[in-house]
Amino acid sequence: MELGRKVKLMQGNQAIVEGAFYAGARFYAGYPITPSSEIAEESAKRMPLLGGIYMQMEDEIASMAAIIGASLAGAKSFTATSGPGFSLMQENLGLAVMGEVPCVVINVQRSGPSTGLATKPAQSDVMQIRWGRHGDQSVIALCPASVSECFTLTVTAFNFAEKFRVPVILASDEVVGHMRENITIPSPGELAVAERKKPTGEPAAYKPFIADEDGVAPLASYGSDYVFHVSSSMHGPDGYSNNNPANAAWRVAQLHKKIEMHREEIIITKTFDTEDADILFIAFGATTRASRAAALELRKQGIRAGVLQLMTIWPFADKKIASLGERAKTVVVPEMNYSGQVAGEVQRILGAGADIRKVNSYNGEIITPQDILKAIL
Amino acid sequence: MSHATGLQYLKKGVLPHMWCSGCGVGVMLGALVRSFEELGYERKDTVVVTGIGCTGKTDDYLVTNALHTTHGRALAYATGIKAFNPKLHVVVLMGDGDSVTIGGNHFLHAARRNMDLTAIIINNFNFGMTGGQFSGTTPADAITQTSIYGNAERQLDISALAELAGANYVARGTPYHVWELKTNIKEALSKKGFSVVEIYSPCPTHFGKNNKMKEATAMLQWLKESGLPVEKYNSLEKSARKGFFAVGKLVDREEPDFNTRYEEIRRRAMNLKV
Amino acid sequence: MKTNKDRCEVILAGSGGQGLVVSGIMLAEAAILEGKNVVQTVSYGIATRGGFSMAEVIIDKEEIIFQQVQKADIVLTLTEEAMEKFQSFADSGTSIIYDSTLLEERRGSNICGYPFTDMAGKLGHVGMANIIALGFMAQKAKMIGTDSLEKVIQERFSGNVMEMNLKALQAGVNLAL
Repeated sequence: MELGRKVKLMQGNQAIVEGAFYAGARFYAGYPITPSSEIAEESAKRMPLLGGIYMQMEDEIASMAAIIGASLAGAKSFTATSGPGFSLMQENLGLAVMGEVPCVVINVQRSGPSTGLATKPAQSDVMQIRWGRHGDQSVIALCPASVSECFTLTVTAFNFAEKFRVPVILASDEVVGHMRENITIPSPGELAVAERKKPTGEPAAYKPFIADEDGVAPLASYGSDYVFHVSSSMHGPDGYSNNNPANAAWRVAQLHKKIEMHREEIIITKTFDTEDADILFIAFGATTRASRAAALELRKQGIRAGVLQLMTIWPFADKKIASLGERAKTVVVPEMNYSGQVAGEVQRILGAGADIRKVNSYNGEIITPQDILKAIL
Repeated sequence: MSHATGLQYLKKGVLPHMWCSGCGVGVMLGALVRSFEELGYERKDTVVVTGIGCTGKTDDYLVTNALHTTHGRALAYATGIKAFNPKLHVVVLMGDGDSVTIGGNHFLHAARRNMDLTAIIINNFNFGMTGGQFSGTTPADAITQTSIYGNAERQLDISALAELAGANYVARGTPYHVWELKTNIKEALSKKGFSVVEIYSPCPTHFGKNNKMKEATAMLQWLKESGLPVEKYNSLEKSARKGFFAVGKLVDREEPDFNTRYEEIRRRAMNLKV
Repeated sequence: MKTNKDRCEVILAGSGGQGLVVSGIMLAEAAILEGKNVVQTVSYGIATRGGFSMAEVIIDKEEIIFQQVQKADIVLTLTEEAMEKFQSFADSGTSIIYDSTLLEERRGSNICGYPFTDMAGKLGHVGMANIIALGFMAQKAKMIGTDSLEKVIQERFSGNVMEMNLKALQAGVNLAL
């Protein structure tokens, strides 16, 4: 398959696979689950032809483990799942954080709790993505709102994973995953594709956890001249077990700091008519589109409304929300969950006195522009 | 001819090791690094994957590549490594908890897939690291910290499971039969496909103490007296086998491993494409 | 019926296995050939066959912001359940098309039945009812050129199957002329 510039009708899930291949992914391990299965199917079909490996593992625990193993052997690797599977992945996802192993996890969110409504959309894993693992960890998470964004944000997810040696979660949802849209596939070279830093010094002196100035340590591959250890246990700069409290403090802080240092680069947002907005919608994923439609409707009625789209959901866009939220009289956060997981973060930033309206859907139905308008007019 | 020591694979300055006197992990580690040397393994081409527990600490002593993983998942990590780079020697060191209790599903499927991995399992019939609770391989009625009145559950036979699930090579050893153990480990490492060496191992600190084998030597004595060479064990009537177990090579097959099969399928796909 | 629209919203409703999603995809692909933006979404139960199923297609010269149909121009219904769900749309100007081979006959402004399945059977295969309906709607709503749909059929199928589908498409178009 040639990756030339071509307009095509494509499903969101399929565009994710195209994006992964564009970024150079050559290892997929997963366990099929609705509504993410098309990602497994497309990977299974194409990986052999691209010289890559598709593995169907016995469960999502093993899938997460296998993509970490393959990444340490030098692969750009990924998996795809939905709620129940994402829950199973948490422990090993934590190893990817601890061992600073680049990899991408696609979570096509569906309606819960538990098995829930398997074919219906939700955006209810926002907090699980951020805090779902034991121990205090930082990860990066991106949310596409269209088929095109499925492609581009998957490329970005791999780039962030490689650059920052961190697992990146691409959190789409059933709506975005299953919708088909016209998409122009970028030609090779059109989008930047990042590769992990490799060690260059004397192999015997290589320490896989000594960061460069950018906060990230070079990562060798198993089988190269650089022999190295990676551990789920607290470890020193050489990857061997280390129980020293000062070492533990340094390691934990480092895992957070490397993300903090690059916040500006990592946090991607889009704004639509926010300059003069009295009503500010803060949206992500599928609800971005309903919000934009609602904002345009309000403009027609002479009400100044705008939309801030969070393409990066974690780390959270604190600064951007603070500056836009300061101007707006009312902030509206539509999301497909009960608790207002993003609204809570917005409240944290804008303070208890801010006029924040939550618009929530938790019955498996999408949020429409009418739902949003009803909530604020 | 001088004997292999395997010292070049051991980290300097970390001995003596952490394992209790009488424990079998050190003997296994010795046999493993000697096997590495005799097979001419290079450190850079070798990846040791460990889980959690007493056996899970072995990577701390090695200067090969290593991945110390989560409890029970070592085989799944190793699967990813081997699938992506088949040239690597990937060795997975686990206890009975890692391999067939919490990690039983991965064990089953690594064997079914016939991943070209060598799984070396220290089976000491209990969870040693956490203080001696029963595991999936604890014999029925045995006393452990969570079965103080006797174990209500039955014992899983790791070697039999490996054979049934499709491993190409299965052997059972003990730290008493130390030379045979090295031979079996070498055979397992050399074997393409999934290979398993199950090592019945003393845990005098917990299992032995609770089950009338408090002295390290008592457990070794038990392994010596109960472990019979495979041929001898097989020659016994079924009823006479009670209280004994087979030591040595149990399964030796030549089924194609996962990577070989995947390449076959890849060629099929490429031909369809053209 | 509206003509030459910059935007067209279509709903294809019936039950799983009736080829509605495929029709939706073909319609969307044809629109792409004409340089338009499209969004195609589906809604179905937990199984891929049986049960209520629908596909939505939006075709627009401009960017499509909200991805779901807001005011359908045309709704195709292939089951009674689908008809009951969308019948009332006719009151606000939506064209409701139904398969009179499969559904009870209905009268009312903006509600029209055509024997798509019967026609398909006469052409050789009842499974082509969706293609006849597609040709009919595309022509009736003036949303997409017949030649674009022909191109899509030629891309998807070959040999006899392609010929049959082209015939079915033409039969649908003729029905609307």
